[in-house]
Amino acid sequence: MDPTTLSLIQLGVVFFALGFLGRLAGRIGMSPVPLYLLGGLAFGEGGLVNLGGIDGFAHIASEIGVILLLLMLGLEYTAKELVTGLRQSWMAGLLDLVLNMLPGIAIALILGWGPVGALVMAGITYSSSSGIIAKVLGDLGRLGNRETPVVLAVLVIEDLAMAAYLPILTAVLAGVSLLGGLTALGISLAVISAVLVGALRYGHLVSTVLDSPDRESFLLKLLGAALLVAGIASALQVSAAVGAFLLGIAISGGTAENATRVLEPLRDLFAAMFFVLFGLNTDPRTIPPVLGFALLLAVVTVATKVITGWWAAWQQGIAVMGRARAGAALIARGEFSIVIAGLAVASGAVPAELAALATTYVLIMAVFGPVAARFVEPLVRLFQGKKQQNDPELIF
Amino acid sequence: MNIEETPLPGIGVRRELRLGTGRRVGVVTHRDGHTELILSRVDDPDTCAASIPLSAEEASALGSLLGSAQLIAQLAAEQKDVPGVTTHQILVRPGSTFAERPLGDTQMRTRTGTSIVALLRDHEVIGSPRPDEVLKTGDMVVIVGTDSGLLEAAAILQSRP
Repeated sequence: MDPTTLSLIQLGVVFFALGFLGRLAGRIGMSPVPLYLLGGLAFGEGGLVNLGGIDGFAHIASEIGVILLLLMLGLEYTAKELVTGLRQSWMAGLLDLVLNMLPGIAIALILGWGPVGALVMAGITYSSSSGIIAKVLGDLGRLGNRETPVVLAVLVIEDLAMAAYLPILTAVLAGVSLLGGLTALGISLAVISAVLVGALRYGHLVSTVLDSPDRESFLLKLLGAALLVAGIASALQVSAAVGAFLLGIAISGGTAENATRVLEPLRDLFAAMFFVLFGLNTDPRTIPPVLGFALLLAVVTVATKVITGWWAAWQQGIAVMGRARAGAALIARGEFSIVIAGLAVASGAVPAELAALATTYVLIMAVFGPVAARFVEPLVRLFQGKKQQNDPELIF
Repeated sequence: MNIEETPLPGIGVRRELRLGTGRRVGVVTHRDGHTELILSRVDDPDTCAASIPLSAEEASALGSLLGSAQLIAQLAAEQKDVPGVTTHQILVRPGSTFAERPLGDTQMRTRTGTSIVALLRDHEVIGSPRPDEVLKTGDMVVIVGTDSGLLEAAAILQSRP
């Protein structure tokens, strides 16, 4: 068969299968990310089918997927929200960072992956999935709850921390020395501050350049700018993902909202490709040996996120039930853990087991997170020894 | 009334007020423009008992219902010492003779003895409207008068050309 024909057929099969998996995920009310990973595992090395024909496309598509994921993460919060979040909730953010990076560091050191592996695992266990969490809060009707702004504030700070973490990670993965890493950190902190200040004062300029009343040219300009900035950042050894993320922060106001709307379908397409490729490159046979560690890590990091949420909500004077809800809401990890693992695996600086551990861990956490958020209330009531409070008189 | 505004980063804004009973009632406005009506539980003010998604049209209808109920109650309270006088509200329906015509054209007081004391339009209350105020389709006309006068007034406002 003609190679192009083969690629088209294989690509068609992959997207079609992903469509079904996504629908299935929607039906049972969970994030599609774990199912995409499972799909990738099934298609990949040592899996059910071999997809040789789409390697080239899948590779560039998954790169674009990461860029779009981070561009939209940057678009999600305005510069003002980031600054306010940092000012009001930096203590909760710091606790979140310390508590949730430590288990990752510990497991990497136990498994003998060295300081580089420790840095990667720290990021994987730290970053909650803002996508999953925002959706769960909306689905469960918790946007009006008093703990919800607390949960969102923690996510905002994680978002900011990502902007400092990713450049260090890319520098370390590229094998620069500690000094080089610190220089990268210094440069990225300076750039982040400049972008934040710039976005607060002159954000409308970036938006004006990109904005266009016509949907088509708007999309092309946005995508062009994202790839251009990501490419330049990559050439400067700062990481393409960080460039895209900072561009997202710099775009503000109405333009940011329109950009989110226009880019969403593209992000879904390319990010799905990224998750599948990650699954494809993970050999399913490497999973059973790390399963125990993944479970242990899951148990510990569920506890650390619950403590973070509990403490942050307690700080705001919220009662026990709200504290428990805040803690449970933060548990879900997802797309960004995989992005970090993907960067690490692509660089070749970490052992292949890391990919297996990251996949297994995210599979567990992305599925368990929403479940925990849903069932935390009856669980707390059980502990408090109260009867089920669904008596309408108590609610209304 | 003190309205508390909480930004929900990545989602939108929550605006709420604390009722005398300690409960919170308010609205979550999403970035994409849709709104949710929220109400906290009786036994736990941290938690929502209900969050009800509303379309733009439903939200505006609910808003004017609440607004007009308050005004009517106020007017009724002011007139409770005057026997035989009541307050009534009449909607200007599409196709009414007086839609898009000045209020003065109705000659309400001359013909029925009733007074138009307010118009409710898009959440706004236009108090003591002047005769040159142009009536619009969808306006709620608040009228004070005797029962028979009010019946006549309704017939006039709802008449078709």
